[in-house]
Amino acid sequence: MGFLDALAIMVSSALVFAAPLIFTAIGGVFSERSGIINIGLEGLMVMGAFVGIVFNLTFADMFGAMTPWISMLAAMVLSAIFALVHAVASISFRADQVVSGVAINFLALGIGLFLTREFYDRGQTDIISQPFFTRDIPILSDIPVLGRMFFETYPSTYLAIAVALIGWFVLFKTTFGLRLRAVGEHPMAADTNGIKVYRMRYIAVMISGALGGLGGATYALTVAQSFSQATIVGQGFMSLAAVIFGKWHPLGALGAAIFFGFAQAISVNGASWPLFANIPQVFLLILPYVLTILALAGFIGRAEAPKSLGEPYIKGSR
Amino acid sequence: MFNILVPLISVVLGLLAGALIMISFGYNPVAGYAAMWNGAFGDAYFLGETVRQVTPYVLSGLAVAFAMRAGLLNIGVEGQVIVGWLAAVWIGSSFGMPPVLHVIVALLVAAIAGGLWGFVPGLLKAKLGVHEVIVTIMMNYIALYLSNSLIRGVLTDGSDRTENVASTASLAAPWLREITFFSRIHYGFIVALLMAFTMWFVLNKTTRGFELRAVGSNPFASEYAGMKVGRNIIIAMVISGGFAGLAGAMEGLGTFQYASVSSGFTNIGFDGIAVALLGANTAIGVVLAAILFGTLKIGALNMPTQAGVPTELVDIVIALIILFVASGYVIRWVFLKFSKEGK
Repeated sequence: MGFLDALAIMVSSALVFAAPLIFTAIGGVFSERSGIINIGLEGLMVMGAFVGIVFNLTFADMFGAMTPWISMLAAMVLSAIFALVHAVASISFRADQVVSGVAINFLALGIGLFLTREFYDRGQTDIISQPFFTRDIPILSDIPVLGRMFFETYPSTYLAIAVALIGWFVLFKTTFGLRLRAVGEHPMAADTNGIKVYRMRYIAVMISGALGGLGGATYALTVAQSFSQATIVGQGFMSLAAVIFGKWHPLGALGAAIFFGFAQAISVNGASWPLFANIPQVFLLILPYVLTILALAGFIGRAEAPKSLGEPYIKGSR
Repeated sequence: MFNILVPLISVVLGLLAGALIMISFGYNPVAGYAAMWNGAFGDAYFLGETVRQVTPYVLSGLAVAFAMRAGLLNIGVEGQVIVGWLAAVWIGSSFGMPPVLHVIVALLVAAIAGGLWGFVPGLLKAKLGVHEVIVTIMMNYIALYLSNSLIRGVLTDGSDRTENVASTASLAAPWLREITFFSRIHYGFIVALLMAFTMWFVLNKTTRGFELRAVGSNPFASEYAGMKVGRNIIIAMVISGGFAGLAGAMEGLGTFQYASVSSGFTNIGFDGIAVALLGANTAIGVVLAAILFGTLKIGALNMPTQAGVPTELVDIVIALIILFVASGYVIRWVFLKFSKEGK
């Protein structure tokens, strides 16, 4: 295999692995920017993957080729509703946000596996018949090398990148985004200015639920194609790492997610690529996590969290 | 009072929610919970298995609780369990030593390995103010992948499972196994109880423990009082990691007697968060909570055969219990409201 061929395959498979991380990380940015820590991203992805697969298996005959798209929609809606649990606990009930997030992870996996056994009588669903297929974009995919890198991929990948750009626009170019960020930096000041702190935080957590659900469904409908205990193992935490590595900025998170996607793609397929065959797999596997720690420690530019991250807002207290 | 009341109410609510779920899926909740009870205590075998499951939970619960008392949330217990497990098996399988000494050395090295894994986030928190939650999560994955690669590449020649530990390093208790119809019960529960006592003693009877608790409740006041906050943070994380490493050693030297390549986490560490939370971060509370969760987990294995209820119901129940405990503010609020109206 020539170098260019290898590179083309590597980039396109990195994008496949990156797409779920991008969705989820953007969701994480929204939640954390509003001041709510979201360790539960993993659980939200589990929920999204579960709903996406079950919906796909159930309605494949009815919707045909549209099934994966409608599955994504279902996963998005149900995960947003599921995220309400985290929102109620951590915003209204003042629960420790990290603990609540841990509970979300347990709960999602518990519900997903319980229902899988209920519906299918075993620990794993069937393989779906209507996954996303890679599609060649006419003309663009005929460009040598670049075409194979960027224009022979799953449609969900483009959607993920679009979501990241939209997320950036919403957070930094709209009033809504300004308010959401204000709530995460200084909720009391925001409240004094008439911004409804609780409502903004609820909305932010539900957005993270919707996007986490999309992320989980994307992984399930492109890579995994079925749901079991082993479908989502760590992608949510890796997305969280991308949020922090990307310094709580949508475009930073996008970049970090793509980079982590690379690391994942290399660790899965690296042995067959000339450049990476000699690097022990373990380095590639731990790379995203080591880099995140280094980023936090300030060795790769200081990552500053939103000021009020993790603190419940209690009206009237100073 | 609320320290006891909130966990109790949460457990009751969690179990009730589990019953509701069973009813809505057409199961008989009484039969379901009866199956769970039998699966945990029904005969000597199940009892032995329950004790075995409780053992690492006590230690991982202590790990989370100890850090929490110093104001730190150690989500990294999972990773510290993994490195402790690996270290114990490494000492147990690669070295020859006299009987009792071998176990002690293996346990010590496991605790040191876990402690080192806790040292990194402790140091970063103390010196650079980096939040321990994210660092410990990252350390979990590093532990998982590193341990897999060490098992494949260093401890064995490409195999997915190490050799069994030498009998000198094993925690196995043949006579206990025999009277429990060959469950996997081992001497580890003695270690776990000793450690629970140690934690109580250190926190409540030593100056160091007082400092740790002071730093946990108000780092600024402790600083003004002349305590070294940073050093206490590091010590807390190292001791916490040490407990976690021992939890791993329970599996490595007791339950399994080997270490193997794993695609996912053991969940002992994550369940430890639930245990500590329910046990209100006290030594005795952790032991009781570990017994409860161990019972639920082992009892659940009997639910599919005897009552047809999927095992995973218990994961939902445990998650709900955590949510309820974490939302203790509301339970308190409701309770105070009612007691006020009563007057």
